[in-house]
Amino acid sequence: MNLLTIIGEATRALRTNHLRTALTMLGMIIGVAAVVLMLAIGQGAQTSINSAIASMGSHLLIVMPGATSSGGVRWGIGSVKTLTVQDAQAIAELPMIDATAPVISGAAQLNYSANNWSTILTGVTPDYFSINNWEIASGTIFSEGDLRSGARVAILGQITADSLFGNEDPTGKIIRITNRPFTVVGVLAPKGQSLSGRDQDDNVFIPLTTAQRQVIGSQFPDSINFMTVRAKSEDSMEAAEAEITHLLRQRHRISNHMENDFTVRNLTALASVASSTAKIMGWMLGAIASVSLLVGGIGIMNIMLVSVTERTREIGIRMAIGANQRMILTQFLLESLMICILGGLTGIALGIGGAWLASQIAGIEVVITLGTIALAFSFAFITGIFFGLYPARKAAALKPVEALRHE
Amino acid sequence: MTFSDNPHPVAGEPLVEVENLCKIYHFGNPSDSSPSLQVLFDINLTIRRGEFVAVMGHSGSGKSTLMNILGCLDTPSRGRYWLAGHDVSTLSSNQLASVRNRLIGFVFQGFNLLRRMSALDNVAIPLLYAGYSRAESRERAMSLLQQTGLGNFVTHQPSQLSGGQQQRVAISRALINQPQLILADEPTGNLDTQTSYEIMQLFDRLNREEGITIIIVTHEEDIAAWTHRLIRLKDGRIIEDHPIEKPATAP
Ligand SMILES: Nc1ncnc2c1ncn2[C@@H]1O[C@H](COP(=O)(O)OP(=O)(O)OP(=O)(O)O)[C@@H](O)[C@H]1O
Ligand SMILES: [Mg+2]
Repeated sequence: MNLLTIIGEATRALRTNHLRTALTMLGMIIGVAAVVLMLAIGQGAQTSINSAIASMGSHLLIVMPGATSSGGVRWGIGSVKTLTVQDAQAIAELPMIDATAPVISGAAQLNYSANNWSTILTGVTPDYFSINNWEIASGTIFSEGDLRSGARVAILGQITADSLFGNEDPTGKIIRITNRPFTVVGVLAPKGQSLSGRDQDDNVFIPLTTAQRQVIGSQFPDSINFMTVRAKSEDSMEAAEAEITHLLRQRHRISNHMENDFTVRNLTALASVASSTAKIMGWMLGAIASVSLLVGGIGIMNIMLVSVTERTREIGIRMAIGANQRMILTQFLLESLMICILGGLTGIALGIGGAWLASQIAGIEVVITLGTIALAFSFAFITGIFFGLYPARKAAALKPVEALRHE
Repeated sequence: MTFSDNPHPVAGEPLVEVENLCKIYHFGNPSDSSPSLQVLFDINLTIRRGEFVAVMGHSGSGKSTLMNILGCLDTPSRGRYWLAGHDVSTLSSNQLASVRNRLIGFVFQGFNLLRRMSALDNVAIPLLYAGYSRAESRERAMSLLQQTGLGNFVTHQPSQLSGGQQQRVAISRALINQPQLILADEPTGNLDTQTSYEIMQLFDRLNREEGITIIIVTHEEDIAAWTHRLIRLKDGRIIEDHPIEKPATAP
């Protein structure tokens, strides 16, 4: 008996009990769909974190105002004004430090002809872009001269540029930022989400001095929100951190028993924590999904065992008219395999659909790779063989005369 | 080894040879002294090609047990069994399946057709197991069903057929691989007299025209009268084995 005929016999048996077949298959469908969906979400999270890390500059530290409490960082932005441009300049002189980029930011309303756009305004020095590994897509970065003179020039993030200008080329155009005219000198290349999940392309950059004096009015004109610091090398990160702490405690006149009024964070370390967290989360999601697959598999085994018992007489008849053990084994194994393969394919389709829905409705980044699909399919296949083999062997091992005597 | 290596068997050669055959049923572990029941005692028997044999005996005398062993559905506890010259005890489980498929056709009292499957498919299955394509199997099953007078019932499922029709489907299934031996355990046990005679007529024709060796188990003398030799069992022993004297024509 060739395989095609056995497939025919197995199909016929499955069709005869179509409701039972469908219900058994449902267990498989849900299991596989869950695996695909969970892997898609897990890998999506990992991908977005990895791309955020990749877009970040290397060996960076971040210095923020405000003390580190045991529960984490108390963000000082807007409230604590302990960090200044002068601190940044002093830090830049330290031996382990390559460069610093002081940053001040706030909300701003942008206009160009009839278009309005609310976004985040960031005051930076020209170094900011190279430290943060950010390419310019068109135009130029403003100069040290612009910084000194407090020039009204702006560099737009991709999203801001698109929102204000559409298809038009923004460079050289005049926009209004909180009603003051600014010349757009450049547009940045897209960068995507940051580690904290914010879209970094929705932004407008102007010289730090311009921001401090003309846009974000403050009673402390030299205060900044935070600074990014680049150490000379990856190995000098810890030394750099110590140097910064030492220097800032001196500059801020903090006595020995007092807490720091600033926080230094190692971005590289933060990134690796975030990435391993995402990896662990991905595996956990996969493990949870595998449990439902396991339950589906046990369901299949259960049904196949019932089916073998129920069809004992049929097996006896088939043996009496010439089926050998291999044919019986193959037929029963094929029945469970077909449930799994069909359920697996449906589950994969459902999982992909679910992932698409998640990305559309919840805005979650999902990634479905060929590997995910192959994994889900082989899981289904292996489940089919693993849980189908025992009942199939049981059927094949029956003695003809005993099977025939079965009521 | 194949079991169709003797396509033109010579009538009168031994087909079934049984020597000191015993069957003992053990209840529980056979090694210890758990109770056991001996059902067949030292059966010696030779059946030649072309014979038409009836096996009779009281209920529980071991007729079905003997038939199951002859049909390679069961194994003897002791003794030897040669089928068409092959020592059955030396055959592997695959070879036994092949013997059941090609050499033997089994007919049961309860028909034993596969439910929810048409008469045509039921008859075709042994051919599928023998390796024929579905199309060829169905074609041959169709022509055989037409010969046995069931041409109008090929698409019927067993539940849609009368007992006599079901038994004729079962006999067609037994015949489809052109077996050398037909074993029928009370084939007319569930049928009325008229239908029983029709079935016996069919067996008679197969025996006379095709030379198929037939062994049937029956409780009825008038069914046994269709055959040419009577073997009577009592409590697992052969107590009678002789040709049947009969008038020139069947009843
Ligand atoms: N699987 C079994 N286990 C134990 N004893 C069995 C088994 N099968 C049959 N027997 C016993 O073997 C004896 C012979 O049974 P068998 O079925 O061969 O009788 P039979 O001659 O065919 O009877 P009947 O005419 O009623 O069909 C009976 O006593 C029965 O109880
Ligand atoms: Mg019996």
